[in-house]
Amino acid sequence: MCGIVGLYLKNEALYPELGRLFKPMLVEMTSRGPDSAGVALYRDPVAAGELKFSLAHDDPEHDWTTLANDLGKALNANANITQRDTHALLITNADEAAVGHWLAEKAPDVRLVGSGLSVEIYKETGLPEDVYSRFDLESAAGRHMIGHTRMATESAVTTAGSHPFATGADLCLVHNGSLSNHNRLREELIRQGVSFSSENDSEVAAAYLTWKLRNGVSLKQALEDALDDLDGFFTFCVGTSDGFAVVRDPIACKHAVLAETDDWVAMATEFRAIATLPGSDNAEIWEPKPATVYSWGSGDMNIDTPVAQVAGSAA
Amino acid sequence: MNTLDLQALGLRAVNSTLQDLEDGSNKTAWTVTNPMGQHAIACGLDKPMSVDILGHVGFYCGGMNKEADITVHGHAGVGLAENMMSGSVRVTGNASQSAGATGHGGLLVIEGDASSRCGISMKGIDIVVGGSVGHMSGFMAQLGHLVVCGDAGDALGDSIYEAKLYVAGSVDSLGADCIEKEMTPEHLATLTNLLQRSGMDADPKSFKRYGSARQLYHFDIDKADAY
Repeated sequence: MCGIVGLYLKNEALYPELGRLFKPMLVEMTSRGPDSAGVALYRDPVAAGELKFSLAHDDPEHDWTTLANDLGKALNANANITQRDTHALLITNADEAAVGHWLAEKAPDVRLVGSGLSVEIYKETGLPEDVYSRFDLESAAGRHMIGHTRMATESAVTTAGSHPFATGADLCLVHNGSLSNHNRLREELIRQGVSFSSENDSEVAAAYLTWKLRNGVSLKQALEDALDDLDGFFTFCVGTSDGFAVVRDPIACKHAVLAETDDWVAMATEFRAIATLPGSDNAEIWEPKPATVYSWGSGDMNIDTPVAQVAGSAA
Repeated sequence: MNTLDLQALGLRAVNSTLQDLEDGSNKTAWTVTNPMGQHAIACGLDKPMSVDILGHVGFYCGGMNKEADITVHGHAGVGLAENMMSGSVRVTGNASQSAGATGHGGLLVIEGDASSRCGISMKGIDIVVGGSVGHMSGFMAQLGHLVVCGDAGDALGDSIYEAKLYVAGSVDSLGADCIEKEMTPEHLATLTNLLQRSGMDADPKSFKRYGSARQLYHFDIDKADAY
């Protein structure tokens, strides 16, 4: 099952409303995914030379301030941290790889959920409405957001198994469907040096895209290669710093619908998630074709050229 | 005109009102407002009436319809008019996959595009699509007519039985055991009638007819390569 939703605002006047407009979209997909939910939100790009890391810990009382201080001292960098429930947002001018290594060594119980210049990823187990409230997302302002409601089939109901999955700097994936060759593909990716934090099939899809992008292919090419290399059913929505992309497997039996007005572009597993948006009555609505990459974004959005390998170099 | 506000009344109240209409009732014209993409709207109607749904609907709208004339003024989700028996269902926008699936009778008109598997396992329904249809349309289609004024995707009419398919535009590929067939005056008359009944302004002479080669009705190991 699972539900996925994406919203890209074309009308700047709506930016302050992003979190409020997105909430009913995610909540409407509760019946497709009541066990966990997550969103990737693109807002407040960091200053030049800085990076934003979304971190998570199972203990809501985790001492994030000490972690930030220790990290800043060890890496001789600025490190500001803001806690949001079980997650924390770290903004630092330290090197991306150094942060990753330091966290793996000094704070192995902290999960690095995503990183980039503007992306923030929040995900937890529980009803989508509750998860949304925990991270105070209703007040969020920004240009675009993607989300997922999960009904687990392939692996355990855990925060680590929830979506979105980061696939690189400012990139993340939500997936509706199930992959049948994920075990073999995971082994192959591990041999290529990719690491995993769950047994989840969607994480393998995300890792596959990460690996492809690291090797210098464009997002469009990575998604087209996924059509050949991933065996199973999928509708993917990939968030980028500038917008989002949608692709379905060649059989296309996992639902998906796209809608567009002058003010916004939305995708969802079912139209009822889009019905609450202003102007949806007069939206142009269609089902995305199988094995076809669709994308929306600002003028900077380009899925045809290789993406920067790390967020730092995109600054 | 009788109006039902789906957002205010909820799906069950709307459907049971329409389903419980008494024989001979003079309340034969209904409007459903605020459908909000909900599923299974106007399902299981079995009396003559007209239902205008003002807005976009979710999955299975007009399913199992018998005798009612339903119009969706918007987009329709998956499984539109699934297993329709008689009457008509019309959509002014596009329809998602499996429109008209397993339909036994009646007329389904999609003014825009239909997605994949349109008319899958149709058993006597007539389907007219103003735009194009996606892949695997007419899969295992047994009886009835599928008229496509635009193009058809891959594997049209795969494993088809005796349904007749008419396509005006291009066909990406034909499925197993589906072939182009001669358009006789009799077929042209049927097609002309369907286009007229559905209000489609297309030239019947621009269509090609497709149907079964009748080689794969029963599994035959000697033909395994063709499956």
